[in-house]
Amino acid sequence: MPFHPTHLNLPLTGAVLDGLRAGDSVELSGAVISFRDATAARLMRALEAGEPLPVSLKNEILYAVGPSPPKPGQIIGSAGPTTTARMARFLPTLFAAGVRAVIGKGELHGDEMTPFLTHGAVYFAAIGGLGALLAKQISSATVVGYDDLGPEALYALEITAFPAVVIIDRQGRNFHETARAHWKRR
Amino acid sequence: MIRDIDVSVLRDTVARLIVEANYNIPDDILQALRDAAVREESEIGRRTLEQLVRNYEIAAAERLPVCQDSGVAVVMLEVGQDVHWTGGSLQEAIFEGVREGTKTGYLRWSVTGDPTRMLKTAGGDAPAVIHTEIVPGSDVQITFASKGFGAENMSALKMFVPADGVPAITDFVLETVDRAGADACPPIIVGVGVGGTFETAALLAKKAVLRPINVRHPRADLCRLESELLERVNDLGIGPQGLGGRITALGVNIEIYPTHIAGLPVAVNLGCHSTRRISTSL
Repeated sequence: MPFHPTHLNLPLTGAVLDGLRAGDSVELSGAVISFRDATAARLMRALEAGEPLPVSLKNEILYAVGPSPPKPGQIIGSAGPTTTARMARFLPTLFAAGVRAVIGKGELHGDEMTPFLTHGAVYFAAIGGLGALLAKQISSATVVGYDDLGPEALYALEITAFPAVVIIDRQGRNFHETARAHWKRR
Repeated sequence: MIRDIDVSVLRDTVARLIVEANYNIPDDILQALRDAAVREESEIGRRTLEQLVRNYEIAAAERLPVCQDSGVAVVMLEVGQDVHWTGGSLQEAIFEGVREGTKTGYLRWSVTGDPTRMLKTAGGDAPAVIHTEIVPGSDVQITFASKGFGAENMSALKMFVPADGVPAITDFVLETVDRAGADACPPIIVGVGVGGTFETAALLAKKAVLRPINVRHPRADLCRLESELLERVNDLGIGPQGLGGRITALGVNIEIYPTHIAGLPVAVNLGCHSTRRISTSL
């Protein structure tokens, strides 16, 4: 069967977010902002203290990544997703600041899903361990803040036809949960 | 007969191994992924596996890190008891090799000096975890691994009692893999360490996860248990990247060591699909 992922241009409008279904394969193109453990903690501290952020998070999409250093001639080094669950505790604050969706890897369940439903945010999973291949889907990378954090610095990234799967949709479905239940042998 | 080895030889070897390990995953794992991409029943699972294989082909051809998480360098040394190291500190030579390879190979610096994160600055770095065994002879066997933390974080250890027996080992393996789900980057490799003391079980599990997946345990009953566990892990339905399917693990390896008559320590160390390991000898 031919494979036809849905192409989506970023930022995502409310109507596009409404139309996404858990399990949809998509290709994302546009601007995203990187985050990781240390980045998210620092963004949260700044938001809680009412301090200005290095970049606005309004309508933005966060990508959980800490890239390798680029080799000469590369835009960015290997840049696959990291585990989203480690940053789950920061998401309510980041969603309240305007983040519309998160790209990462791994599962989110129960309490970790609640802020997605409260804020109408969507969770996309990219494939973990696809670092060399995904680097080719990133057409620009600029550090826009927290450069002292090294690989955890805040990067503005431009992604092109970046492959991902919708995991948590706006109806509260969780594709990891339904897929597992479907394939489990009892 | 004492054999002198200058630690600079070890430093240069480690610097080469860390780069090679991060650009090329082991042949047995790549072959297993290629086979899995054909065998997987779920369509999204097959597509995921094909992309993983493609990633490894790109990384090898263009000499790029297969994953941005170049992990913690784990160096396992079997040192012949007739070896005499010269020219400096053995530990520092390994650290230097890791630092050099990380730099020349454009690998991500993934280690923080202070695990508590209480220090303002990260503190002195120790860029490798080193395990040394003294063995007869005058050879040095090195197994180098770059251990990513997606899978490492999902590993577990539990002290069972003798009456719990093999069913406890089985349940603990299944429970650990199920809890890990997509976070461990399946298809995974499952290393099971049984016996010894608290820390032995963990080290056995690490050795197990770093054993090639086409090498089975030499004891027939443990070899059968490995196959049974692999089948049951794959029945969990997690599939490639947790997107559902038949291939959750590529292999389950068990390592054992005698233990106390009161105990049954069991450790489960998970390895992602890019469990990077490479071995050589001096």
